[in-house]
Amino acid sequence: MGEIEVHALRGVDLELYAGELLVLLGPSGSGKSTLLNILGGLDTATGGEVYYRDRNLTYANEKTLTDYRRHHVGFVFQFYNLIPSLTARENVAVVTEIVRNPMMPEDALALVNLQDRLDHFPAQLSGGEQQRVAIARAIAKNPAVLLCDEPTGALDSETGIIVLEALERANRELGATTALITHNAGIADMADRVVHITNGHIGSIERNAQRKPASELSW
Amino acid sequence: MRALNRKLWRDLWDMRGMVLAIALVQVGGVATFVMSLSTYDSLLLTRDRYYREQRFAEVFASLKRAPESLAERIRSLPGVDQVQTRVVAAVRLEVPGFTDPVTGTLLSVPDTHPPRLNTLYLRQGRTPEAGRNDEVMIDESFADAHDLQPGDRLAATINGRRKTLTITGIVLSPEYIYAIAPGAVFPDFEHYGILWMGRKPLATAYDMDGAFNDVALSLEHGTDAETVIESLDRLLARYGGRGAYAREDQLSHRFLTEELHGLETMATVFPVIFLGVAAFLLNVVIGRLVATQREQIAILKAFGYSNFDVGRHYAALVLMIIGLGLAGGIGAGIWLGRGLSAMYMQFYHFPFLHYRLDPLIIGLAALVSVLAGLAGTLHAVGRAVRLPPAEAMRPVTPTAYRPTLIERLGLQRLFSQPTRMIARHIERRPVKSLLMVAGMASACGIIMVANFQKDAVRHMIDVQYTMSQRQDLSVTFTEPSSHTALYSLAGLPGVEYAEGVRSVPARLRFEHRSYRGSLQGLESGGKLRRVLDASLRRVDIPPDGIVMTDYLAELLGIRPGEVLTVEVLEGKRPVLKIPVTGTTSEYLGVSAYLQRETLNRLMQEGDAVNGAYLSVDPPLRDRVYRELDDMPRVAGILVRDNAIRSFYRTMDETILYFSFVSALLGGFIAFGVVYNSARIALSERDRELASLRVLGFTHPEVAYILLGELGIATLLALPPGFLFGRLLCGYLSQSFRSDLYRIPLILEPGTYAFAAAVVLASAAFSALMLWRKLRKLDLIGVLKTRE
Repeated sequence: MGEIEVHALRGVDLELYAGELLVLLGPSGSGKSTLLNILGGLDTATGGEVYYRDRNLTYANEKTLTDYRRHHVGFVFQFYNLIPSLTARENVAVVTEIVRNPMMPEDALALVNLQDRLDHFPAQLSGGEQQRVAIARAIAKNPAVLLCDEPTGALDSETGIIVLEALERANRELGATTALITHNAGIADMADRVVHITNGHIGSIERNAQRKPASELSW
Repeated sequence: MRALNRKLWRDLWDMRGMVLAIALVQVGGVATFVMSLSTYDSLLLTRDRYYREQRFAEVFASLKRAPESLAERIRSLPGVDQVQTRVVAAVRLEVPGFTDPVTGTLLSVPDTHPPRLNTLYLRQGRTPEAGRNDEVMIDESFADAHDLQPGDRLAATINGRRKTLTITGIVLSPEYIYAIAPGAVFPDFEHYGILWMGRKPLATAYDMDGAFNDVALSLEHGTDAETVIESLDRLLARYGGRGAYAREDQLSHRFLTEELHGLETMATVFPVIFLGVAAFLLNVVIGRLVATQREQIAILKAFGYSNFDVGRHYAALVLMIIGLGLAGGIGAGIWLGRGLSAMYMQFYHFPFLHYRLDPLIIGLAALVSVLAGLAGTLHAVGRAVRLPPAEAMRPVTPTAYRPTLIERLGLQRLFSQPTRMIARHIERRPVKSLLMVAGMASACGIIMVANFQKDAVRHMIDVQYTMSQRQDLSVTFTEPSSHTALYSLAGLPGVEYAEGVRSVPARLRFEHRSYRGSLQGLESGGKLRRVLDASLRRVDIPPDGIVMTDYLAELLGIRPGEVLTVEVLEGKRPVLKIPVTGTTSEYLGVSAYLQRETLNRLMQEGDAVNGAYLSVDPPLRDRVYRELDDMPRVAGILVRDNAIRSFYRTMDETILYFSFVSALLGGFIAFGVVYNSARIALSERDRELASLRVLGFTHPEVAYILLGELGIATLLALPPGFLFGRLLCGYLSQSFRSDLYRIPLILEPGTYAFAAAVVLASAAFSALMLWRKLRKLDLIGVLKTRE
């Protein structure tokens, strides 16, 4: 069986501005995850160029990409990806131990309202709480870029909103450029800009005149 | 092919690294099992067939001299079938082009017909012509050692007269499957030969016309050998009988029996360890497989596959892995078995080797492997069977961890998060961690066995030949001689010092136990021959008591302070009561020691010796040999250095073989355990490791988390591994104890170091493979999947 080349993204031209909250909206398979992976230094594009500030990441090697992720990017995953053998505090510390100028893990957890759950293991936390630990872990390094891949995908809407509130607060208080992937159009209202992706193309980019607080979202 | 079978093959292929590692351990177990048992079986079969065909006797006795007419009376003893009388003599030999002293045993064969018992297997040439006093047949190992052929000549000193003999035939005898010189413990084919000559000429040379000094009997079926021995002893007593003995005590037979016993031990101890480890590994791997295939199991069940189908599917997987190990193990076992049998042929002289692999052995190996494997995976397969489909569809609840003991003690500040992950992971599954450590410890122990033999044997030689028997030469006399004989030896140029010894065959009795051995009368304050205690300190023999080998004391159940009954089997044959005053530690043979003066007094003889220990000035050694050759009184000469050298030559080969086999097999275990544990750990944690990589951890940083656990387990395994090795060697040393030799439990630091090195190397090899696998962690996939 011959291999067929499939381009996940084609002709994407996108700039992220410092401190903005960007929502990448699109159906599954549209290429939004691939875009996020490239932005996060997890994947490299087969064509085109990627810049982080003045740094060209297009042909960066493994070491440079690791360094980029380590010091500049915060990740939030759909399935939290916490380390089950570490407590909430330690899950944050696992990152703060390896970066320059991190927050105290306790402060990061307070930012997501988990100051009372510091010494709980993931198995002792609810899904929403686990995702908030993951957000604390992502922001504790004071990242320049915060990338969130379907952060509410595994949660009910009520819990999802609490998580989005935490993200919103982190974006506002820390000024991290935040890109949030979702196929859930209800989330788009909280963004500065909404990027619609279909079939590997950027369909449209719309700017919200007013960011809607996460607490007022619903789906 | 059914779809489920296809899945079976694909699963096997996906797990090929782990399957191979398990199969290797399995191979180790099955191979040792098949090797030992098939060799055991083959040796036993060969031996029995050889004994039967050559009519190996069942009772043996040597005596001073009896008229041939006594043979009839022996034959008429109840239970006796065949009787073969003969003349046996010690000779000194000279092989052209070989300067070292060579001694031999010369036995008679009937002039006109083949012997009724202990017939010879003629390998080459012919039997001597009747009446010829210059024709002999020689033992094959001696012929091989000197490259002698029929037609070659050698010189022999028979009863003080030097004679040139022509070799007519090369033969093998069931009496000398393991051929060692009297007083020696290891075969030395260069310096000791066995020869056969016609009865009449040999009798004439030894003034034994119409008489014999050795007799062999076969018994009627169902006869108790002990009864015959008792009546034979009574009959031979007035002819200087030295005590009859059964086949069980015949030296060559004894050594062979000990060897067979060793094979039996090997066939049980080692396979048990290997199959146990393999079962553990199977448990780990199948357990993990069932965990990762939770959803698949649910779907299969949802589609209507029964619990039985699912159980059969996973059991089939286990059986496939076992089958692979079994096939490899049987192949390796046959290969090693053939190698081992061939090696035995160098020590044990059979005319043929009938290598046989009993299908029963294979059946047994299969049965034991399958049972061990299924027992090991019962739990894991059972879990797959019991899993309700609805539950299986749901994701597993996150694993519950808790702070480790060390952290609860408040020491967590000392640890980074990755180190805490390692510690908690180990502590969360103590049984699995413990089994992993145990598996590696057993590998370490098995590897130690390899060098243990070397260490022990070197120590035995060292103690025996540099601390206890310090003489360069041991000389035996044809007859007890006056002490003045020593002076003539001491006076030879090149002899620095001579020390006499008087040894007397005797039956030693205590309560209902008895042992046929000898009393050794040593010079008090002797410089060359010394007896040592357990801490290798010299033991002084008191003037009025016996000091005996601790093992002999154990056999007889006698303790210092108790009185030993000694039935002397020479001269006036006194029955003596002598207190045992102490024990001595020896590794080779067993003996009872007295002061020579005491023994002379008890024997009611003068100042007699029948042997001497000499220390010789090395440059003059050959000259001393020549001088001794010209002394008619000298029956045999044993050169210490030759004994040591020939021993090492033969021993090194065997030891190398065993070292190679056990190091290889031990390495299999270590690799199998580490590699599988590591692969499982990777499969269980690839998600969290990949997450950490996404969060900016470097490759070495995540490798630390995974390999740190293995490293700790490996290091933790070493101390118990050393202990296990020591216990295993101790067990082997204990199980090989016999009156022929005791292997001391000596383990040199190098042995520990070697075992540790093999384990660490196996671990490092596994670590390297994991290091490479970690490079290929799927960072993107991990973001999209839930566990």
